[in-house]
Amino acid sequence: MNLATALKAQETPRIVAAAPAGPPAISLRGVEKVYRTDRIETVALQSLNLEVGSGEFLSIMGPSGCGKSTLLNVMGLLDRPSNGEVSLGGRVVSSYRDKDLAALRNKEIGFVFQSFHLINDLTVVDNVELPLLYRTMSGRERRRLALEALDRVSLSSRVHHFPTQLSGGQQQRVAVARAIVGKPRLLLADEPTGNLDSAMGDEIIGILTELNERDGATVVMVTHDERQAAKTQRIVRLFDGRQVH
Amino acid sequence: MLRSTLLIAWKVLTRRKFFAGVSLFGIAFTLGVLTVAAALFDQVVGARPPEVNAHRTIGVYSVMLGGEHMQNNGPGGYALFDRFTRGIPNVELMSIHSMPYSVFSYQGGSRRKLYFKKTDGEFWNLLRFDFLEGGPYTEKDVAEGRFLAVINEATRERYFAGGPAVGKTLEADGQTFTVAGVVPNLSLLRFAVGADVWVPHTTSRSTRYRLESELIGGYTAFYLARSKADIPGIQAEFVSRMKTVPLPSKQYDRIVAVPETVLQNVSRNLFGNRDAVASSKPILIALALFTVAFMVLPTLNLVNLTVSRTLERSSEIGVRRAFGASRGALVWQFLVENVFLTFLGAAFAFVFAGITLAVLNRADLLPYMQLELNARVMAVGLFLALFFGVFSGAYPAYRLSRLDPVTALRGGAH
Repeated sequence: MNLATALKAQETPRIVAAAPAGPPAISLRGVEKVYRTDRIETVALQSLNLEVGSGEFLSIMGPSGCGKSTLLNVMGLLDRPSNGEVSLGGRVVSSYRDKDLAALRNKEIGFVFQSFHLINDLTVVDNVELPLLYRTMSGRERRRLALEALDRVSLSSRVHHFPTQLSGGQQQRVAVARAIVGKPRLLLADEPTGNLDSAMGDEIIGILTELNERDGATVVMVTHDERQAAKTQRIVRLFDGRQVH
Repeated sequence: MLRSTLLIAWKVLTRRKFFAGVSLFGIAFTLGVLTVAAALFDQVVGARPPEVNAHRTIGVYSVMLGGEHMQNNGPGGYALFDRFTRGIPNVELMSIHSMPYSVFSYQGGSRRKLYFKKTDGEFWNLLRFDFLEGGPYTEKDVAEGRFLAVINEATRERYFAGGPAVGKTLEADGQTFTVAGVVPNLSLLRFAVGADVWVPHTTSRSTRYRLESELIGGYTAFYLARSKADIPGIQAEFVSRMKTVPLPSKQYDRIVAVPETVLQNVSRNLFGNRDAVASSKPILIALALFTVAFMVLPTLNLVNLTVSRTLERSSEIGVRRAFGASRGALVWQFLVENVFLTFLGAAFAFVFAGITLAVLNRADLLPYMQLELNARVMAVGLFLALFFGVFSGAYPAYRLSRLDPVTALRGGAH
């Protein structure tokens, strides 16, 4: 039994906020991203129109350097488009101030990175608590939610370990727990299985699938792996910054 | 949040032990030296027994007779204060007493130097000495010219082997005094009040000090205002009375004397118009600027070390930004981390300062100097640590917070 199936069998609470019917989770209209230096202008994204429905599980694929990660960063409000409009849950957020974007990222979006990006100086549970540090809540409540998220990824027995004491798969599960601890509507995963072997990769995809199917989370995943992409509901392909499918 | 920030600060500090050691040494040394300086400053001007009313006490520490071609400076004359400054409104108490002067005593067959101070009876009412035995002489004792003395603890130790001294006699400067009381040792850095032996004015060999012409003559006067707010009025009245003082010679056209705090006196002599009441702000600003200048190099060192560690923390910064940290939150985090570091440095600085002060006290550079690491000095040290932390943390915090989250996540801090 894989982890996703095992998790389905458990009576665990919904950890990601249920997707409301209504506007798309995220929508991009005429988005362009151009990187400029003194001499060179690099177009990373051009004329991109994309809508991701609430509760959808979408893969973004394409060759290296085609703009997949840039697209994910724009969707995650980590990067501003050079042109075009980004809407999150129906709100146009392209012109939001840094402080407001930070608050939106904190409440609405969870990130999973290829190289985990865990803070090695902090224990597993302290890493998972990190997004909640930027919310107003008691330490006790923060700890409760972090433990709940770790339970969700079957890492309750590793809460006081440090990331360097865990395997790659376990570290990515911690990263998933950190991404979902704040109950975001949107999960953005940038090659989450890129640094894992296929068995561990399957585990992670299983967890993401389960979060999408059971909790209604919208998941957008960048991947090179056709096999993993095939498990998602829709595949968007990019080439030279343009959407080709 | 604070717990997590402090935890990270500690981990980052211990990650590079050598650099942490260098940082902490720089901070501890800088703060330690400044804490020692603060203890010295506190010894000279801090409110402490017997000057418990220092906040509403002003004194005349120097008098200047000025003319076109002549200038004569020195502590005031007894008569100047006695004849012209009594009865100033809102002065609760006034005392005239000499600056400490040395005399020799041959009691017990050996020659010993003692610092004497001549005072009136009000001296003991205006200042609050904690008598170890006996008590002060009174205004009546002074008026009757009784040969009484108050001695300090060290003098009791030397002359009476530390045993009871009240009622016993002390011979010094060819005169014999009966000990009326014993008080704790008081550093001669508190030059306006400290001495080995205090005796009545009226035991002077000559009455010359009472002459009106003696405008300069080794005396100081203290005025205890009813409240701090009364001080400017008292100063104005005093200055106006000085204009009525007959000058001793045509070579002089004015007499300048101002009742003030020690800091005002230093400020007036260094920066202000010497003829008028000065604010103590210039000297305090000068001290603050000196302190900041002393901190500049260690600050640059700390800024450099902090910024050089950004590379290894760029991933963390990117993650924090991705999960909702605003730039302001990151500035706060890095400032708190830096202040934590400087507070840790302050803990070492206090140990360093404590040892240095003990060595200075043992060296007996000045009689009875007892430099202390008291609550006031420690508060100054902690304030300096806070200032140092913010001062040295502001630029790195600003720079780190401006880091683009995508670049930071890729590991590129520069």
